[in-house]
Amino acid sequence: MATGGLIEARSLVKRFGELTAVDGIDFEVQPAETFGFLGPNGAGKTSAMRMLAATSPVTEGYLRIFGQDPATDGPAIRARLGVVAQEDNLDTDLTVLDNLVIYGRYFGLPRRLIRERADRLLEFARLTDRRDEKVDPLSGGMKRRLAIARALINEPEIFLLDEPTTGLDPQARHLLWERLWSLKREGVTLVITTHYMDEAEQLCDRLVVMDDGRIVDEGSPRQLIERHCTREVVEARYRSVAEQALVVSRLEGTGVHIESLADRLLVYADDGDSVSSLLGAHDPVAPTSTLVRRATLEDVFLTLTGRTLEEI
Amino acid sequence: MALPAILRATEREARVWSKLWISSSFSTLIAPVLLLIAMGVGLGSLVETDPAELHGLDYIEFIAPGLLVATAVQAAAGSSLWPVMAGQKWLGFYHAMVTSPLRPGDVFGGQVIWTTLRSTMSAVVFLVAATLLGAVLSAWGVLAVPVAGLTSLAFAAPLTAFAATQDSDAKFDVIIRMAIVPLYLFSGTLFPIEQLPLGLRALAMLFPLWHGVELARAATTGAFSIGDLGHLAVLGVYAAVGWRWGVRTFARRLAS
Ligand SMILES: Nc1ncnc2c1ncn2[C@@H]1O[C@H](COP(=O)(O)OP(=O)(O)OP(=O)(O)O)[C@@H](O)[C@H]1O
Ligand SMILES: [Mg+2]
Repeated sequence: MATGGLIEARSLVKRFGELTAVDGIDFEVQPAETFGFLGPNGAGKTSAMRMLAATSPVTEGYLRIFGQDPATDGPAIRARLGVVAQEDNLDTDLTVLDNLVIYGRYFGLPRRLIRERADRLLEFARLTDRRDEKVDPLSGGMKRRLAIARALINEPEIFLLDEPTTGLDPQARHLLWERLWSLKREGVTLVITTHYMDEAEQLCDRLVVMDDGRIVDEGSPRQLIERHCTREVVEARYRSVAEQALVVSRLEGTGVHIESLADRLLVYADDGDSVSSLLGAHDPVAPTSTLVRRATLEDVFLTLTGRTLEEI
Repeated sequence: MALPAILRATEREARVWSKLWISSSFSTLIAPVLLLIAMGVGLGSLVETDPAELHGLDYIEFIAPGLLVATAVQAAAGSSLWPVMAGQKWLGFYHAMVTSPLRPGDVFGGQVIWTTLRSTMSAVVFLVAATLLGAVLSAWGVLAVPVAGLTSLAFAAPLTAFAATQDSDAKFDVIIRMAIVPLYLFSGTLFPIEQLPLGLRALAMLFPLWHGVELARAATTGAFSIGDLGHLAVLGVYAAVGWRWGVRTFARRLAS
């Protein structure tokens, strides 16, 4: 047994032919921690998660899960993991209940035990009244909850969730977050991927920002914001691109940290109000609107990669 | 004690089947028996043959072991193709299976075992019907059931492996029409293979079905020969090579 974290990855690489999806990443996940991969489409989050799930072979580098090597101990590792893939992969030939039962059987669990757990998990996923229905007609949020319930049938020590709330409405997202919080309180180690900043802020104790197969930074949400951003951000909008460009050229070289986006200008400042009044008062081209807000992980991402998540 | 991993994958198939076995049993259980009655009793009464050409058997005695194995193989071929595409692509449930302790090879093996089991079950029903129709001459006839199972395995393993290499079902119909149906007709099932031109005869002998039919006929007539060991070996080789290929292709598909 290794002494380090529950998951240890060093110089981890995943290649698909010529394409390098994960390009040498290092991280550790500690017991009972919620760890996140934040990144845009194609960053390599799913490729990394599938290696952690011991389903996708490591191309290069070092990976240990529970101190074991997925190349040789895959089944033993997977017996202690819960995996919610990006696509739900529910078994549409089976009913809601049978999805749990048969998945539990894949783990070699006795039927009695599975039935007990299944009842509790259906309750947990708020699907008890749908237990005998087929899976296909369920809503997206219900399918996601079922996928989560199914992945808990073996009472995993590490729970891997690839974009748990993508495509869900705000209410469904909050319900899922609540479920994940209750698992966290029970001491389950969570690893999630997301491209939602608010999700990362809500759930993750620690996260890595991934871009193009690499980790560009690591820390708690708070730390990342402090490291890369000012306390506040001013969002200013202008009548035209030309006007915005004029303001940008004027602000460049003044030492103020700005990001010029297609539809707005972001100005980073510890005291947003002063910038806001500065933009309004001293410029011949006044913004049509300004908004002062707290810096978020979105801003961290922008500073680190030069792109917004919306642009991707 | 927990089921071996490979049978846990089989259990999924059994579960799905248990919900719709009534609708699927006509084609796999009843239809082959009706075929035996129609051909053996109906057509057989019109067929006037020199007994020597059918190895001294009545027509129904000749075709019963042939149809027993051929219909088992036909069912096995079908369930080795489309359901595999469903598992890896259309419904994707294979991808959930490999997030459990099951390995891709277990998923492959579970599927093939299930296909073989179903074909074997249909062979049991067929054999009972054939016995009632007086088409089974020897108590050794019970061995026709494992022979049908082994022959089904010799098809199921390579076909399941092949199906996993495909991205769509475009070639599946072609395989059934260009390979399985001709084999069904020309593997010594309905008439002795000696009646075929030499080239076609050699071709039929390349595939497992003829070997399975010969073995089954030896069982139902009780007339074994040393050559039967050769038939057994051919079936074993097809099954073993197909199995190895399947384990590899499933690993490539499900653990990329
Ligand atoms: N099985 C595969 N075969 C070939 N290329 C792949 C495979 N899986 C992923 N890739 C490629 O690897 C890169 C990273 O993909 P990955 O799915 O890991 O990104 P992601 O961060 O999960 O993106 P998203 O947010 O869209 O889910 C992409 O360029 C993708 O096309
Ligand atoms: Mg992904």
